[in-house]
Amino acid sequence: MKFVVAGENALIIYFADKPSDQVASKIKSSVAYIKAHFADLIIELIPSYTSLFIAFDEHKIGHKQLIGQLEVSLNALPDYRNVAVKLVELPAYYGVDVGWDLKRISDKSKLSIEQVVALHQQLEYRVYAIGFAPGFAYMGHVDERIAMPRLNSPRQRVPKGAIGIADQQTAVYPNTSPGGWNIIGLCPIPMFNYTPNSNAPNSQGKIPDIMPLQVGDKVKFKAISRDEFLALGGQLHE
Amino acid sequence: MSNHKQTGFTVVKPGIHSLIEDLGRFGYQHMGITQGGAMDPWAFIIANRLCRNPDNTSAIEVTVGGLHLKAQCATKIAVTGAQVSLHVNGIVQPLWQSIDIAAGDDIRLGFAQQGMRSYVAVHGGFAIAQAFGSNATVCREGIGGLNGQALQKGDCLPFKAMDKPLPNLKLAAEHQPKYENEVVLRVLLGYQQAAFHQAQLNRFFTQSYCVGRLADRMAYRLEGEPLAIEAQSMFSEGISYGAIQLPPDGLPIVMLNDRQTIGGYPKLGSILKVDGAKLAQLKQGDSVRFQAVELDQIKQINKHYVDSFSRIKFQSLART
Repeated sequence: MKFVVAGENALIIYFADKPSDQVASKIKSSVAYIKAHFADLIIELIPSYTSLFIAFDEHKIGHKQLIGQLEVSLNALPDYRNVAVKLVELPAYYGVDVGWDLKRISDKSKLSIEQVVALHQQLEYRVYAIGFAPGFAYMGHVDERIAMPRLNSPRQRVPKGAIGIADQQTAVYPNTSPGGWNIIGLCPIPMFNYTPNSNAPNSQGKIPDIMPLQVGDKVKFKAISRDEFLALGGQLHE
Repeated sequence: MSNHKQTGFTVVKPGIHSLIEDLGRFGYQHMGITQGGAMDPWAFIIANRLCRNPDNTSAIEVTVGGLHLKAQCATKIAVTGAQVSLHVNGIVQPLWQSIDIAAGDDIRLGFAQQGMRSYVAVHGGFAIAQAFGSNATVCREGIGGLNGQALQKGDCLPFKAMDKPLPNLKLAAEHQPKYENEVVLRVLLGYQQAAFHQAQLNRFFTQSYCVGRLADRMAYRLEGEPLAIEAQSMFSEGISYGAIQLPPDGLPIVMLNDRQTIGGYPKLGSILKVDGAKLAQLKQGDSVRFQAVELDQIKQINKHYVDSFSRIKFQSLART
């Protein structure tokens, strides 16, 4: 564990050089511990692949003091391998009408489209980070056989719910946006269920179920038919 | 339907880019929701204090200028920040002081002569529902302000009419900031600083950079002599306010209020918040230098900033 200054009221903890299941669990348990014990000092906690970013109230504590306290307590955390991990199942409609890049992945990998789709559903993924846009969850690692680099030129418009692959990562676009990931299907479950006119979080900061995923969760995709996709509230574009 | 007439401002023209802001949205970055908030909190807070508001009261941030409002009821406003002309019913009014507004008044801001961002505060703030604990507008996310967007022609910005008259306040002239065309940004080294050679650091701290074309609420891109960046593969990580990113082209990008929450470019460290506010008042072509500070100096610098706030004097103006 390495503590590094990130800003005048921020520091970042590096847990390892490479992300792994074990590192993800350690970060997850550290987040829970800090929330429980340092809540009044903390402004932001951003877990990511191998690190945890912490912004704190500089009027209450300084870098050295906070690092000192965290170092002792995080190193003494009980066995993090037992951290309960939520498994979220995400329905996926893998039709070639919406999976714009399925054919190309199939050609390149010399697998049938059915095999590509089966491989995407076969593994449990970890949510390693959330960012880029609200609710955009970076998940990994997809089977090497269907890993694909980002498009050379990003698309102007990737629809809300699009399931993408970039290298060994996979994600579901929370909203329609430009994007360079390889699109293999659509997920009917909103990743960021908020519109300016929907009810915002209440004054206690309690957020109604706006995001189905959090960093550290596990995710498995499950194929559904076009009809099931529509029945679950999915929308077809174009 | 209520019979009460809605009271507030009607947006006649939104100007170049005008947003409802407050001091920012905190505690949601793990969801990918950015901070937002007034780019120059100093000018923002003064505008609110002139209107006798708590510091974190919603107000309008006007980038460059051109905002034109029509008041539907009596209130008090204060315009601070960038040097712009302010006309009420065609008559020039001063910045950095509160002024009385009557129903039907026509309020126009010109375009910034010095500085980039002006603040228009109104007595009591705007009666707009918060999103994620804040009124800060982040257009990219569609969160905050009015429907997550910049002000549009015809928008109504509701506020409560003033119930009793209060004397106006003025910020003493010696406290009014002069916006310069060059600033020094103090840097706390950190993040991947160890990956930069001393020669690169020297080059970074000795040259004068120029504010580029891409300078907005997300980040200011600077132009100058590029640093040689050794390719390093990095995993995305949380980005602090003021973080200085160095992408492969070797030119610094200073991350500000609407920055993305995580990113994978190497970072040298972060500039101080008080200096970020100064950077936010620069426009394309203005110049920037960096200066390293130590962790031990931060407390003193921030104490100085807090003290400077407490020394600020407001003059009460007799009613005319």
